Order: sequence, then C-alpha cells, then structure tokens
Amino acid sequence: MSDLEPGGASADERGQSVDSEGPDQGVESGRPARSWRRPFGDRVGSVEVLALLLIVLIMFREPVAALISTPRLQTWTTVFVSVMVQAVPFLVFGVLLSAVIAVFVPRSFWARALPRHPALAVPVASAAGVVLPGCECGAVPIAGSLIRRGVTPAAALAFLLAAPAINPVVLAATAVAFPNNPEMVVGRGMASLVVAMVMGWLWLRLGRADWIRLPRRPELDDLSKGRAFWAAARHDIVHAGGFLVLGAMAAACINVLVPERWLQTLADNPVLSVLALAVLAVLLSICSEADAFVAASLSQFSLTARLAFLVVGPMVDLKLISMQTGVFGRRFAARFAPTTFVVAVLVAVGVGAVLW
Amino acid sequence: MNRQAQAVVLLLLGGSVLKASLTDVYLRYVKEGLRPFLIAAGALLVVAAVMTLVHDLRRRDAVGGGSADHDHDHGPGGAVSGDGAADDGHGHHEPRVGWLLILPALGLLLVSPPALGAYAVGQSGTVLANQEAEIYPPLPAGDPVQVGLLDYAARAVFDEGNTLRDRRVQLTGFIAPGPDGEPILARMMLSCCAADGRPIKLGMSGDVPNGLPPDSWVEVVGRYTPQLGKDSVSDVDIPYVQVESWQRIDPPKQPYEQ
Repeated sequence: MSDLEPGGASADERGQSVDSEGPDQGVESGRPARSWRRPFGDRVGSVEVLALLLIVLIMFREPVAALISTPRLQTWTTVFVSVMVQAVPFLVFGVLLSAVIAVFVPRSFWARALPRHPALAVPVASAAGVVLPGCECGAVPIAGSLIRRGVTPAAALAFLLAAPAINPVVLAATAVAFPNNPEMVVGRGMASLVVAMVMGWLWLRLGRADWIRLPRRPELDDLSKGRAFWAAARHDIVHAGGFLVLGAMAAACINVLVPERWLQTLADNPVLSVLALAVLAVLLSICSEADAFVAASLSQFSLTARLAFLVVGPMVDLKLISMQTGVFGRRFAARFAPTTFVVAVLVAVGVGAVLW
Repeated sequence: MNRQAQAVVLLLLGGSVLKASLTDVYLRYVKEGLRPFLIAAGALLVVAAVMTLVHDLRRRDAVGGGSADHDHDHGPGGAVSGDGAADDGHGHHEPRVGWLLILPALGLLLVSPPALGAYAVGQSGTVLANQEAEIYPPLPAGDPVQVGLLDYAARAVFDEGNTLRDRRVQLTGFIAPGPDGEPILARMMLSCCAADGRPIKLGMSGDVPNGLPPDSWVEVVGRYTPQLGKDSVSDVDIPYVQVESWQRIDPPKQPYEQ
C-alpha cells in the first residue's frame, strides 16, 4: 500500500466543496499534473494547512467567540456541540465494533450465523438488532462492514434499520417516557421491526446491487490484523464522523430556527399531525435513546402521531441520510431514505390504528 | 486529506472530548451519566490517532522516505460496487468530509458554548405536560426547603399546591423573558443532550427580580400561590411563586434540572 494518496490530496488542493464528496466521485487519479508536486510532499501539505488554521483560530479566538455571542448563534453552537458530544461515544464504539467485524470476524461466520436464503436472513438480522444497545450513528458503519463481509445487503439494511429502534436501552427509555401508555413500547418495537423487515424484503425485490457503492478499502487486506483494524477504525471515524458533523449542523439549524409554536396549529388535524411529527423526526435528528422523551413532551399530538415520530426518527433523519450517503453512496441514500420514510409512516399509522 | 492530517483531527477531537469530560464542561451538553463513555471514547480517539501516526511512520521507514507510489492494486476488498474501472480512485479517496470534524473540536476547545438559556426557553413550551405523578409525598424538612423547579411546578399544577402550602421554598433558576414581558424563572431539562432540552417555566409575583438581564441565575425564596399563567408556545399552565426574597448567584455546576 502506498503512503501517497494522489486522489485525495490533489482533490484537497483544488478546494472542491464538501458537497461533491461521495463515493460516486473519485475518478480523478491519474492526472498528469500531480506528479510534479510529489517532491514537495502532498502529505505534509494538509497537516501544514491544518496547523496554520489552528494557529490563526487560536490567535483570533476572542473575535471568533464574540461573533457567535448573539443568543441565537450561541444556542446553535450549543446544540451543535452537544449533538456531537452525545454522538461521539456511540460513533466510536460503533466504528470499533464495525472494524472488528471487518477485520477479525471471518466471512464464514456470517454464512453460518444467518439463514442461507436471503428472505429468511432479513427477519433474523432485524431481530439481531436487539443486541446492539446504541443509537443510529453507530449502526451505519456496522451495516457497511456487514455488506463488505458478504452479508446479503437486504439483511444488513434490515439490521441497520432495526438496531437503533428495538434495542433494550431504547425500549426502556420509551417505557420511562410513557408511564401511562405502556402499549407505546410494544407499538414502537413491533412497528420498527415490521418496517425493517419490509425494507429488507423490498430491497430483495427491487434493490439493485450497484446502488450501493462501498468505497474500496485496500487497507482491510493488510496482512497485519492490528494495522488493518486501526486503519479501518480511523477511516470510519473520519468518514462517518464528517457526515455526522453535517447532520448535526442541520439539526442545530432546525432546532434554532423552527419555533414549536408552528407545530401547535398542525396538532389538531389527524393526517397533518402524523406527517408533521414524521417530518419533525427527520429534521430534528435526535438520538434514538432520547426521542421518546421528546415525543412524550409533544402531548398536544395524538399517540399515533407520536408513534410515527418514534418509528421514523431512528430510521430516517438528517444525520443518518448524511452518513448513509457517505458510507453507501448517494444513489443508495436518494432511494433508500424516502422509501423508508413512507414505509415507516404507513406502518406506524397501521400499528396505531390497531392499538388505539 | 492524508493519514497524518486525519490523525491530527482525531487527536484534536479526542483531546477536546477528554478535556470537556474531565472538567465539568460536558455537563453543559449532555447528562452526567454519559461521562465514563465520553472519557473512554475520547481516550480511544487519541489511541486511534497515535496508532495511525505510528503505523504511518513505520510504513514510511519501510518504503524509504515515503516516496514510493506503487502497489495500489489490491483486490477489490469485498466492495459490492460493480464498477471496477471507476473504482480505481476509491481506495485513495480519503474522506475530505473528515475536515469537518475540526468544528466540534474547536467548538469544545475554543468556544465551549454555554448551557442552553433564555433563548431556548422562548423556543419551546414548558415541559410540565407529561410529568403528572400518582402521589406527592410531603416536602422534606427545612425552612426554606430546596425544591426543584419541575417538582414545584408539578405539585402546584397537578396537586393544587397541597404539599406546598405553609412552606417556604427555595428555587434556583435563571431569568428569561416571559410571555407578557415580565421575567419568569426557568431552568432547562435534558433527556439526553441539549438538542432535546426543554424548559420548565415558573411565573413570579411579589418581590419579582426586575431589571436583571436574561440568563442571570437567581436563588428565589417564596411561597406557593394559586395564580396560573399560560405558556404562549404550548398553552400549558405555568404555575406562579410568590417571591419573598431573591439573590443573584453564580451559574451552578449542573446547569440543567435533575
């Protein structure tokens, strides 16, 4: 493996915007122009830029802090930082688990652990989500690793959707948040499981393998397992973490800009209230371990609308869409997220109709 | 973004998380219970950064100065992607989006924004709606007795102040502008992190601490009053407290209601 990274480094220097990031990109190696730069060492370049940036920021710390001292910007910064602080442990542990899967768990294990028929592997993988006590940020890299290790994408995606919603920590939090409506816990567990399985089966019927573009990862073939492990962990944290930052910034904007008063007017209409809370779940991007408390406080809305909030939130939200785009590619996220949203809303309404 | 830059970013992020969680700064953003996980995650980030640097240096020694540009063409590495030709650049396409990770690190190290305050109070309705309990045991001994804002509000609204009468209560919160411009006493409550922070609001009558800027922390001693107001955001009842005396205090270590 080389320690020069021509594609990445040269792209840095062209100053492309972050928006163009994504596995669809990257056909830029082999540019003749980059060869002359090599004596100066591209690799030192980005570290130097980073150091310079830090020095400038530390020197101008006071004016920068003064710039964001208006209450609204300050609240934005607080929300942004706290979403990141909250997510970092889940991201780090999720990424390490995914690196273990990618490096240490042999492919044959998954062949033995999951039913051979993909249609049967989907429910098994959904139910396996019970054992991952974390929120959604950790599940994305894990699902990526599973696919890389030969697990059928349908099963890995079902796991991705189910794990953040039906694990014991989240269900316990839901029970605490709805002391007077224990059926909310059952409803949430059932609806989330059904959505995960439906999405898995839908993928088997309609999904196309070339929608998922996992970036090539030569470092995973490193002969030293330790080196491969840390390379995978480093890559996933930087990659998934970067997209998490994008999502956290979006969530902070929603949090600061959308006053709750707007929701009041929607609460009385049964159809609009479900849609409003489902969209709110996408925009707010709250951790699945906390969303039950927020749902509980939205007491002016019907229980069905709040169930939709709880089912949609862990499966589709701004930071998840951002991370899925990074890990699986844009073509995948553009199809998967809206479909999941529709299925989740329909299933939540159906379960709500049965329960209440 | 090359490996060394990634290592530096990871080091910054891990260091900032460690610094925030080893001091009380993390309490502005998340619940106290997350602390051990934050410390572990911060330490792991630092380890990941160090391992990246170590492996990178070793590799450079091995290939001699890091000028070699060969053996890119490993196998597809299990990629599901069917497009082999376009895949050529992918292995080296190190994530540029990773630069963004500097932002939370700098946010924590340089800015460390304050806990949610008066602005957030104006954004959402009081949290009272879903906090009704079965029974309200008598307040503990003490005169005045320290009561949390949420506890006071729940006793005042759902129990009609039965356990609050004839007692002097001491409440700690910050000043926020109320619906009618009068100052209210407020405190934020977290379920998980500041993104889900929700306010508890109390109206004040009697010796109201007028003229304080929003976000000033005060300790209020007062008595129960049956007066009720309405939250302009959610139309939920806001109970009042009859203030007898108040004093400004420093922001508490734990800014959120427990």
